[in-house]
Order: sequence, then C-alpha cells, then structure tokens
Amino acid sequence: MSHQDNLIAEDILAYLEAQRNKSYLRCLTCGSVDDGKSTLIGRLLFDSKMIYEDQLSALESDSKKSGTQGEKIDLALLVDGLAAEREQGITIDVAYRFFSTDKRKFIIADTPGHIQYTRNMATGASTADLAIILIDARKGVLDQTRRHSYIASLLGIRNIVVAINKMDLVEFSQHKFNEIEEAYRSFADKLNFKEIVCIPMSALDGDNVMNRSERCKWYKGMSLMQHLETVDISPEIAETSFRMPVQWVNRPNLDFRGYSGTIAAGMVKPGDEIIVIPSGKRSVVDKIVIRDGDLYQAEVNESVTITLRDEIDISRGDIICSTDDPAEQSDQFQAHIIWMEEEEMFPGRQYIMKVNNQTVPATVTDLKYKVNVNNFAHEAGKSLALNEVGVCNLSLGKPIPFDPYKKNRHTGAFILIDRQTNATIGAGMLEFSLRRAANVVWQDLEVGKMERASLKHQKPAVLWFTGLSGSGKSTIAALLEKKLFDIGRHTYVLDGDNVRHGLNNDLGFTDADRVENIRRVAETSRLMVEAGLMVLVSFISPFRSERQMARNLLDDGEFIEVFVNTPLEVAEKRDVKGLYKKAREGKIKNFTGIDSPYEQPENAEIIVNTVETTPEQAVEHILAYLDERGYLKSI
Amino acid sequence: MSLTHLELLEAESIHIMREVAAECENPVMLYSIGKDSSVMLHLALKAFYPSKPPFPLLHVDTTWKFREMIEFRDTLATKLGLELLVHINEDGVREGVGPFSHGSAYHTDVMKTQALKQALSKYKFDAAFGGARRDEEKSRAKERIFSFRSAQHRWDPKNQRPELWNIYNTRISKGESMRVFPMSNWTELDIWQYIHLENIEIPSLYFAAKRPVVERDGLIIMVDDNRVPLEPGEEPVEKMVRFRTLGCYPLTGAVESEATTLPDIIQETLLTTSSERQGRAIDKDASASMEKKKQEGYF
Repeated sequence: MSHQDNLIAEDILAYLEAQRNKSYLRCLTCGSVDDGKSTLIGRLLFDSKMIYEDQLSALESDSKKSGTQGEKIDLALLVDGLAAEREQGITIDVAYRFFSTDKRKFIIADTPGHIQYTRNMATGASTADLAIILIDARKGVLDQTRRHSYIASLLGIRNIVVAINKMDLVEFSQHKFNEIEEAYRSFADKLNFKEIVCIPMSALDGDNVMNRSERCKWYKGMSLMQHLETVDISPEIAETSFRMPVQWVNRPNLDFRGYSGTIAAGMVKPGDEIIVIPSGKRSVVDKIVIRDGDLYQAEVNESVTITLRDEIDISRGDIICSTDDPAEQSDQFQAHIIWMEEEEMFPGRQYIMKVNNQTVPATVTDLKYKVNVNNFAHEAGKSLALNEVGVCNLSLGKPIPFDPYKKNRHTGAFILIDRQTNATIGAGMLEFSLRRAANVVWQDLEVGKMERASLKHQKPAVLWFTGLSGSGKSTIAALLEKKLFDIGRHTYVLDGDNVRHGLNNDLGFTDADRVENIRRVAETSRLMVEAGLMVLVSFISPFRSERQMARNLLDDGEFIEVFVNTPLEVAEKRDVKGLYKKAREGKIKNFTGIDSPYEQPENAEIIVNTVETTPEQAVEHILAYLDERGYLKSI
Repeated sequence: MSLTHLELLEAESIHIMREVAAECENPVMLYSIGKDSSVMLHLALKAFYPSKPPFPLLHVDTTWKFREMIEFRDTLATKLGLELLVHINEDGVREGVGPFSHGSAYHTDVMKTQALKQALSKYKFDAAFGGARRDEEKSRAKERIFSFRSAQHRWDPKNQRPELWNIYNTRISKGESMRVFPMSNWTELDIWQYIHLENIEIPSLYFAAKRPVVERDGLIIMVDDNRVPLEPGEEPVEKMVRFRTLGCYPLTGAVESEATTLPDIIQETLLTTSSERQGRAIDKDASASMEKKKQEGYF
C-alpha cells in the first residue's frame, strides 16, 4: 500500500491525525461485465495504490493465463473473487472493495448487472449512498441502464454517477456523450435522484478515473475520483427527529437499566423528552452511556446506550423517539417487495418479517401490481418470481413502529424470511400504513366461541385431511362425519369439489390459485370453529406453507392435521374419477402428483395408511385420537 | 459534523455484536490473540458496557502458538474477568501432529479446522464471532457478515443469504450455526489506526525486538522453543524482527524491522510493498485455497 503521501515517512503522527478525520462513502457499481465494471474497480484500486507488489505479480501471471487484454494487465481479475466466477468470467455475487484517498475512505459494493442478479444489486444498494452506473459508450442507454437506475432509486440512493465508459472506442466523441447524457436524464427525471453527474471515461486506460483526461478536453467536469472525494452525502441531522430502535436491554445489575441501539435519525441529548412507540409512554433522557464516559450528545449512526429518568417498560423492537415527530405504528401496510427466492411469492402465504429489531408473522394479503424493472411499467400478476419487484399489501401479526422508507432507510426497511428453511427470501420498503388496523375495532361480542361450543356440548376443531387425489380423504371424512353425527356432535364437511363449485368457482389450478383456494377454505373453517363446530376439511392442499397458514389461524389444539398417506401408484390405480388418466394424457394441467408437487406433512397429528387399513378402521383410529385428547367430552 | 469513518465502523461492529447477543442462544467469541482479535474484544467491551460481554471467549490452541501469545491471553482474560475456553484437539496431540513433522496443510487442518469444529460441537455454540475482514482475501470479500454454516459446519458460497441494510437474519435450525464477522468492513490500516487511537493492548511480538531466528524457504522462523528441528550446522541467530500476523510460530514468518512503537509499525505497514497474508504459509497452496478451506469449515 505505497501511499505516496510523504507525510507517512516524515511525520507519521501528523499523518495519523489527518487520517482520523476522514469521511466515509459507501458506493455501488452497477453494470455488466461487458461494460467494464470490474475493470473500473480494478482501476480505482490500482490507481489509488491499494495493490501490493505480491498481488501485482500474481495479477500479472493471472493476466497471461486467463486475462482478456493480451499483453496488458487485466485489472478485472483483481476483483472477480470466487473460483466459479473466474471460470465463467462473470460476477455472480456482491463483493465489497475497500480503498482510500487522502480525503475519504470508500467501500464499493461490486454487484452483477444481469437481470437474474437483481437481488444482488438490491443488496449492494441497500447500504450505499451513491451509485455508479456504467454505460458502454458504443451502446448507449439500454434496458439494464434503466433497471439499475430504478433499483438504485427504489433502495433510496439519491446520488448517481453515470460513467459513460469505453469512450476510447468512440474517439472521445462529445456528440456521442451528449446524446447519451440527454437520453439518460430524460428517463431518470422520474426517479427522484438528488444529483446526477455524467462523466466520459475509459476505465481500461484510466481516462477521467483519477485525473481529468487529456484525451477529451471538451469535458469540463470532475474526474470520477474528484467527484467521489467531494460529493456531499452527510446526513440531514438537524432536519430530522431523533429515533433509536431498541436492540438490547442493558441490565448488568438492579441499579442500571439502559437501552442499547443504533441511532436511526437525528440526535439526542440528556434532558430531551422522548416517547416510546408503540407503547406511547413518555420520559426524559437521563444519560447517554458509553465505555469512555457519558456523552453530551449522540447523533445518527452512533451505537449508544441510553438511560431514562423514569422506569418504563421498554423492550427490543420498540423505538425511542423525540416527542415532536415520533414514528408511526401499524399492522397493515403497502410496501414494495423485491423477491429473492426461486420459490415464488404468493399472496396468502405467511412469512416471517424482520423489521426494526423484531420478528413478526407477516402475510402478503394482495399483490397490487408488479413493476417491470426495465421500463417501470405496472403489470398485473398473481405471484412474484425471483428478482421481480411488486407493490403489495401486508398484514402483520401485531402492530410495529415504523417510518415510511422514503423518510428513513433504517426504520422503513424489512426482510422476509421463510418459515421452513429460514432463508432470506425477500426484502422490502414500507410505504404507508393502510390504517385498517385503526379502523377495524373488534366487536367485543358477549357470545363467544366457548359459549357457542358449550351450548353444543363439544370442543370445536378443524380436522384437516390432506393427501393425493384419490387417496380416500373424502370417503374417510364422510364416514367420520356420520359417526360424529351419530354421537350428537355438530359438524360440517368442507370438500374440495363442493367448495370449488361455489365459493371458489373463480379459481383454477395454478400455484397462485391453489394458495388462494386454501386461504379461503382456511378462513371459512376458522369462522366455523368460531361458531363452535367440528369442521372436517377434505382438500389435497399440496403445499406445506398453506397448511401452516391454516394452522396459524387457529388456536393451539384446534387444528388437527390428518395425513391420508396413499402412495401415488395406489391412488393412480384406483383413479375413481378418471383424473389421473386425463392428467397422464396431458388433458389436465398442474395435477398434483403428476406435474405439480405434493409436499408431505412433517408433523401431522394423525397419519392414516389406506393401503393397510380400511376407511372404517381409519375412522376408528381418528375417533380414538379425538377421545384421548378430550375432543369428544362435553365442555 | 457527521461521523468519521472509524466512528462509523465502530458503530457498525457494535450493532452486529448486540444483534447476536439479542437473538442467538449460545454465542461465543473466537479469540486468536492477534491484533484483530484484540480490536474485536475491545469492541465487545464497548458494545455491552456497563454489562460484560454476554458470551465467553474461545481460543483454539494448536499447541504451536508463540509462548508469549498464551501468556498474553491468560493475563488479559483474568484482568477483564471474562470466561475463557481453551480447546485443543487431543486426537491430534496423541498422533503428535505438528507443522514440522506433518506439514503446514495437515497440521492446520487437524489442529485448527478440525479442532474448531470439535469445540463448536462440544459446547453447542449457535453463533461464533470471528475477526476476519473482507479486505484480507478475495473469497472473504464475498462472505456475509452473518455467515450461515450447515450442521457439518460447511460454508456454501453459492447459497448465501442476501444481507440488506443492517437487518441480519439470525434464524437457524437445530445443529446449524452462524459465523459472525463484526469487522468485515475494516481494513488493515483501520485496525492499526484504531489500536493507536484507542490505546489497545496487543502482544509485543508485533513490535521489533532481538529474537532467535532461522531462515527456511525464504521465511524467517522464530525459534520459540526446542521443538524446531535444526539442520546439521544450523544455528539460530539473533535478529531485530517483528511479526505482521500471529499464528503458529513455525508457520508465521517474521520480518526484519526496527519498528518498536505503534506509530513505527503503522508507518512500516503503510510503506511496505507486500500484502499482510504473505507471511502465512497457508494461502500459497492453491489459487483458490482459502475459499476451499472455508467451505470445509476453516474460519
């Protein structure tokens, strides 16, 4: 790291003092391999002397072996990290690069540009203050330029540098440059950027990267590095109200109770009045405690511990706010979601949301529209696939404190996590509260579920029969209902066929429709349990997540999953309705077991094997289960 | 006045540590005695003050560390009143595994990688802090701050969880774990500057002193005890040397240096022309060797 700064050799202490006050800029580069993105980053590292001699000699030998620049050093090889990437010559993940100049430290998130890596770009953009968007001067503004700009804008980046690269291949034509700049600005106007700077460049040769190039004297602006070193990205501390999401309650002993967290906006001083959202409790800041002593004040991005004058109940996930403009709270939102998983997002499915230091169950209640990331058009859709962006309504398990993302990138952002795999499958930005939570006040009915059930002398529950078509679900459910009726129980059977002819006759058999089908049945069965009934639901219900959703709608012990386990061969051989034959002939599409998957239950309360047992035996088995657990006793 | 880069890095690391303390059931901090570990421990003391860090320290002892490192470790843990767990791969000890007899690759695998996995399984830690930085090496540059490990402790670089904003997904199933790198975004210079600014104690091996050394394959090796097999006629010589990284003494090359103070070291680091890991034998095996080791469970 041979910094040229003579100060290092002459007066190291003075140098360290100067270094100490450097500011910090996090940027994102977007563009595809062809645009010379890796070359640009390699150039920045190389020209800011961040390359050691041993790395340089390794680079020289790599360049000869797998470089694309003939005898020249291939700077792109410096940054294409993973072995698979080196082999395929593409960048498939987000990599972070570090370099510094005398004025600033930089982190560059290096992200791939192809549409299949939209999620990676969003990841890089989420922590960036500035985006460098590369355009190949020969090709001009492309779909991907619009896509990169849209995602940068969506994630709240306000400063854009358009690096019009490969100017050496168009003879540094001013006309060409102006044409591209005009085309860029004409669409980027809609994207709510604070500043757009266009720079003509050759990353390969270094023109206008560190210093102004001699080869295009018509360009009067700054070089890329001059701009990066001086662009103003300081947070607007004075104009924003204080808030700190509580991360950890600090209780070393009975005499100390502090709230640790990272300040998400504004500043705070001892003596400031605060309000805790969502509880609405108020107090006054006593001390700001750090290990080096108490602070007079603390500001956005600092990680501190705050004590209050009053003992009030505050937990992780609450936000401590200034009283003048506190955070909002809601459990119903409109939000932008970027989908990051192979398995599609369907409205009706339940996910785990992590937002402001807490996790809550979240259901996408409606996909309002999808956004075409290449031309920003709104498109109708029933699901979100990997790398798609959509505007959705969300319903949470409980109210959370928040700010709209446009107001605060920390307190308006969330991720979605899969309940089964724990993978991060989506990311989103809260737009506004739908305020339904405030308007819908539950009627405190004097007659409740327990009262209704007790009048019927029974314990209400849903028996959810799942299994392949032809497995025997409906036969067993019908027999069971007869038996329950005989012993004086109040029951109802919801059957796939009868519901599809009425309530759900607008739904087909795509994955999205299957999810909605089950959601309606689950809600209906919940209402019936409220009415005090024993509900027998007989549905193929092939997806685990929908069965989980149905389970979550009910109280503990009210949902009994009955897995009617019949192997596909057996069900197909029976083929009571002739459906398997049609499916095999291709006359029915999306048939479970044939061209649509069935996910077996992992923790079913009851498993019925219809190969070894008759329907009558199965019913006895289920009745025994119900009896043992008290469902058949009067309450 | 907005925060300086070091203040921002410190705040980010503290945020990460608190997140682990709040969400993970049984975390541990991997403590390797080096300068990065010293900074990480210092950050942990800050993150939870006035509480103590709510997790123990774990040192995986290969039995080939510099003697001074072990003394430094024990003194510090006592002084701070922190719980220190030391794990040694006893199978390796029984087989007499060492870098001189078995080579660096095998020794590192058995006494470090395998030992680490043993320790994590033994104590059932669900999260382990490590002091690795993204600027150290190419494959590290792509690793997440919260890096998921399968029940077999494996890292799958192609199947990493997206990591957005400062929202970290800490959810795992039974047997799985997270490696957490709170200093991912620090650089070597940041580390030195922070040590200087915060006056953080580090082992004196980082400072130049007269030490007995021999030269092997271009590496200057310190003769730290009588386990160094000397060639016929080979005599250790006293040289002014220091160490840029600390590991197993037979695998850690010294550099000749006159730097006896922290500013001297930083000056030397800034003016030097070779990268930090050059003194380590482990990275030279193959071009993508670190990525491969990490997939197998190396930190």
